[in-house]
Amino acid sequence: MSNNKESTARTLIVAFIVSLVASVFVAGSAIYLKPVQQQNRLLDRQRSILAIAGIGDAQLSAGEVRALFERRIEAQVVDLTTGEVNTSLDPTTFDALKAAKDPKTSTELADGEDIALIKRREQLTTVYRLVKDDGSGELEALILPVRGYGLWSTLHGFLAIRPDLNTVIGLGFYQHGETPGLGGEVDNPKWKALWPGKTLFDDEGRPAIQIAKTGATQDTEHKVDALAGATLTSNGVKNLLVFWLGEQGFGPYLDKLRQNGA
Amino acid sequence: MAKQASAKDILLTPVFDNNPITLQILGICSALAVTSKLDTALVMAIALTAVTAFSNLFIAMIRTQIPASIRMIVQMVIIASLVIVVDQILQAYAFTLAKQLSVFVGLIITNCIVMGRAEAFAMQNPPWASFLDGIGNGLGYSLMLIALGVVRELFGSGKLFGYEILPLVKDGGWYEPNGLLLLPPSAFFLIGLFIWALRTWKKEQQEAAVFRLAPQVKEGD
Repeated sequence: MSNNKESTARTLIVAFIVSLVASVFVAGSAIYLKPVQQQNRLLDRQRSILAIAGIGDAQLSAGEVRALFERRIEAQVVDLTTGEVNTSLDPTTFDALKAAKDPKTSTELADGEDIALIKRREQLTTVYRLVKDDGSGELEALILPVRGYGLWSTLHGFLAIRPDLNTVIGLGFYQHGETPGLGGEVDNPKWKALWPGKTLFDDEGRPAIQIAKTGATQDTEHKVDALAGATLTSNGVKNLLVFWLGEQGFGPYLDKLRQNGA
Repeated sequence: MAKQASAKDILLTPVFDNNPITLQILGICSALAVTSKLDTALVMAIALTAVTAFSNLFIAMIRTQIPASIRMIVQMVIIASLVIVVDQILQAYAFTLAKQLSVFVGLIITNCIVMGRAEAFAMQNPPWASFLDGIGNGLGYSLMLIALGVVRELFGSGKLFGYEILPLVKDGGWYEPNGLLLLPPSAFFLIGLFIWALRTWKKEQQEAAVFRLAPQVKEGD
């Protein structure tokens, strides 16, 4: 090894050692903190489900969220192709997003079908039922996981609907990477407040929900005002709803529910 | 260096005399983005201070070993690693705040203050002094962020740390909030006012005029 600080060998060695130490440091902290982060994410998702279903707000403590979730929410694993409920898998441990990545448990979407731009769709997914507080187990709201591509990122969220399987209770995203201030306004409470009461399907049962630049004040049934300055995010949200409400998404499951009188 | 700077000077000079935001005009992007609420401003301030201090420390420790040809890359590797670790820690222990800060924690990597101090100070100074310099510059940044956060949250939404200070008209109080303060441009105006105030107080920070009127032009023409 040459003693000259600027020699090629020396440069490579310094680069190698610095990278090695830095990567060990980063990897170590990521692995060490992972369990806490996963708990946070789970809690965040539960909080988000409760908020979208309209029964919890951001002020609830972690314990309250867990208790409320335990008491009011029933999770189910649903087969998206047949619309049947799968009882052999435990919904609390089943990870639909993981299943969507694995070729064995997901189907690739053809170009024409993939309007939400998610590439692969899982065969099984988890849906959440909000049940009435009186212990009757009657359905008060159905909460469906939805996701789709906006401008920069996949938006992950939930759509809560009434037992008529048509009226929206709420829509919200717990994870996305859209531009703060523009597409990021999908998180704006004022925009989210436009959703409750909208109906998703037309008389023939096709998804009719629209995010429109104009006319949202006249057609109050299906149209939601688009986000200013965020056409692609708005389109993404509309597309992901149409996808997840359609035949490739929860269509078969919703049909089954309608036949059985929800 | 001609004169040995004392630890106190290194630590305190960047707070008022050489503030990274008001004098060097660095780190403005995040100062606009995260200061609409005091809690995000505070977390961002702590995160940046920690990153600047430790990146200065580590870079100063290996400064004699870094070949000049790859010194920027080496600095970037150290800074980026620290930022990832800070981001991981925030996601583990301050999840909701980390969510609100979104991309801005990651963008500490590109914050000119961190890189600027690494290149301008840590490469030429011993580790302890560099560490103090990092803390000092972080404090300078923090001071501005907190000042912006206080003004914007207090007058923009009548709250501090989410607790109501000025009762709002819509909740039956008397204060009509100024919505402009919640939008990023307001931070520009506020930073401008802070710079004005600071340069009135410390005249040596005023810059020489770039243009001078031609001698025949009289005032008022």
